[in-house]
Amino acid sequence: MTLLDITPAPAPTSPRPGRVHRIRPFLPLVALVVLVILPYSTISLPGIFEGPVNSPGTLQLLAICLIFGGLAAGYDLLFGRTGMLSFGHALYFAAGVYGTDILVTRAGLPLWQAALLTITGGTILAALLGAVALRTVGIAFAMVTLAFAQVGAILVARDFGGLTGGEEGLPLDVSGLPAGLVGVTNTVNLYWLALAYLTLVVFVVHRVSGSPTGRVLAGLRDDERRIGVLGLDPYRYKLVAFTLAGGLASTGGVVYVLIVGGASPHITSSELTLSLLVMVVLGGPGTRWGPVLGGVLYMYLDHRLTAFGTSDAVDNLPAVLSHPLSQPLFVLGTVFILAVYFFPGGLTSLAPRLSHLTRSLKPRTPPN
Amino acid sequence: MGTVILLALTGLGLAALYFLVASGLSLVFGLADVLNFAHGLFLGVGAYGTWWAAGNLPGAGPDGFGFVFAVAFGVAAGTLVAILVELVLIRPLYSRTIEQVLVTVGLSLAGVALLQATWGADARPFPRPDWTRQVTGILGAQVPNGGLLLIIAAVLVLGAILAFLRWTRYGLVIRAGVENREMVTALGIDVRKAFTLVFAIGGAAAALAGALGGVYFGTVSPGQGSSLLIFAFIVVVIGGMGSVVGSAYAAVVVGLVQQFVNYYGTSGLGDICVVGLLAVVLLLRPQGIAGKVATA
Repeated sequence: MTLLDITPAPAPTSPRPGRVHRIRPFLPLVALVVLVILPYSTISLPGIFEGPVNSPGTLQLLAICLIFGGLAAGYDLLFGRTGMLSFGHALYFAAGVYGTDILVTRAGLPLWQAALLTITGGTILAALLGAVALRTVGIAFAMVTLAFAQVGAILVARDFGGLTGGEEGLPLDVSGLPAGLVGVTNTVNLYWLALAYLTLVVFVVHRVSGSPTGRVLAGLRDDERRIGVLGLDPYRYKLVAFTLAGGLASTGGVVYVLIVGGASPHITSSELTLSLLVMVVLGGPGTRWGPVLGGVLYMYLDHRLTAFGTSDAVDNLPAVLSHPLSQPLFVLGTVFILAVYFFPGGLTSLAPRLSHLTRSLKPRTPPN
Repeated sequence: MGTVILLALTGLGLAALYFLVASGLSLVFGLADVLNFAHGLFLGVGAYGTWWAAGNLPGAGPDGFGFVFAVAFGVAAGTLVAILVELVLIRPLYSRTIEQVLVTVGLSLAGVALLQATWGADARPFPRPDWTRQVTGILGAQVPNGGLLLIIAAVLVLGAILAFLRWTRYGLVIRAGVENREMVTALGIDVRKAFTLVFAIGGAAAALAGALGGVYFGTVSPGQGSSLLIFAFIVVVIGGMGSVVGSAYAAVVVGLVQQFVNYYGTSGLGDICVVGLLAVVLLLRPQGIAGKVATA
């Protein structure tokens, strides 16, 4: 038994070939088209979003949700698909955020150069640190990655060389950015950028997991020794996955800094990696859409629960209830614990479970 | 000379704090294979329990026996929470290690948020006895008494845990379980009782670290546990998982390195050196300085 064995959620089986079954492969494409044209709609969804869908506030929230959907999908390449429990993934995301911010704001580079340098740097960083961390396995690997991420957090917080702005963070200098990415009216472009990032990550992760390399990674998750016996080098495959996931995370950081308009030290905290883990497990590790759903839902809840927690409805509750409910992390942590107990495969395992339930509830015709 | 002694003793104070957190973490990890992310929560409960007791409980206060009583209350609260966590959350997922780790992750997020919801995010002044604010002259260095108190407490706890492990029946079960859990189970011994016991011991030590850490830092805040926890993790890995003595050695090394480098280099460099030390130890000796079985 490996320490980190995760049984993949059972593939959703649809017993009846019908119309739904035939359009099923095109559903992601339909979803993508809907997401692309979403900013053109002016629908208001009271209770779900504060303003109409095309208002800048809602678009920014959606963009952040999409970014974290992509980040979670990238993290799942490590956790769900290869079985590596990394607690330092926030480091590469933060490298993307701070790298871009520092190169644009402090060095005055144009955005495309800063982005290119940052993504390259983040990928190299992941390769170097992964090369050291992957000499250990299991929980020791988790702790080593956590320790490396902690160095990042310390570097940012102590503000070495006055680069990062320390606790105050570093607002992005927008004067050198392309005009289409600056200002409230252009939030829609940032939303599309975030959607492009999510599409990229999903595409890369699917291509990798469908390739021969992906099968080796799945083999590593199930039994690392067997891969070694087959004559393949587990270390190299794991390093490839780690570097790729790190590169994807720093790309996410580049988009995130544009959307939020600056870097703040909380993105370097170990709490963010733990949140990524929560997203993946909530959605369903090792599944096609689970991590994306988990990431989007988690960030949405995180933002909305903050608004909900300070609303009148909660304030009027007795203090015993209103104080914990005003903390999004309390609600999310509790939901997560319950999910670990009751939905081990995450959200995506719910559909097959429910179909089992409905099938068993249906009256059966006795065989003649 | 005075500076070196002062740095050494404050470094040892920090080491004592790390050891108190790491000893329980190491035992839980060695026995149950669970990386307990909720360990920082036990520390927070101990700190806030002591803080609350000193202000609200009759007979408890910031001075004399009142303070001892307050600390005892904090430690009892931390132990109780640890036992409850083991019984309610960890035990139903017996031998499903990854899920156990995930549950403690959720608990660490929710628990710290709960502390923050109840007592606010800001640091609160800790009710410390007057004598802990004073300094004692040792070989020309003026050493704060709070640090000395931590060192004495950690040495006592180390002695107590070692005596318990060495000379009691349950200690024998725990030691054997750390070496090979399957074998102990196969011999018909209920390892689950040992799990609860180890969680209780770890919770008590962490809660004591919370209470005395409050004295050392002078304040108590919800995030204190999680920031100490990362260094305690590092101590556990360097020391070798499951080894209490290894944790003690590693805590001393980490505490001293951090204090000296932070003083003679720039502030924050010591923390980075500690991580560098971790990388070096893992490259040379992946099982840690006192670990017997390789983690690979």
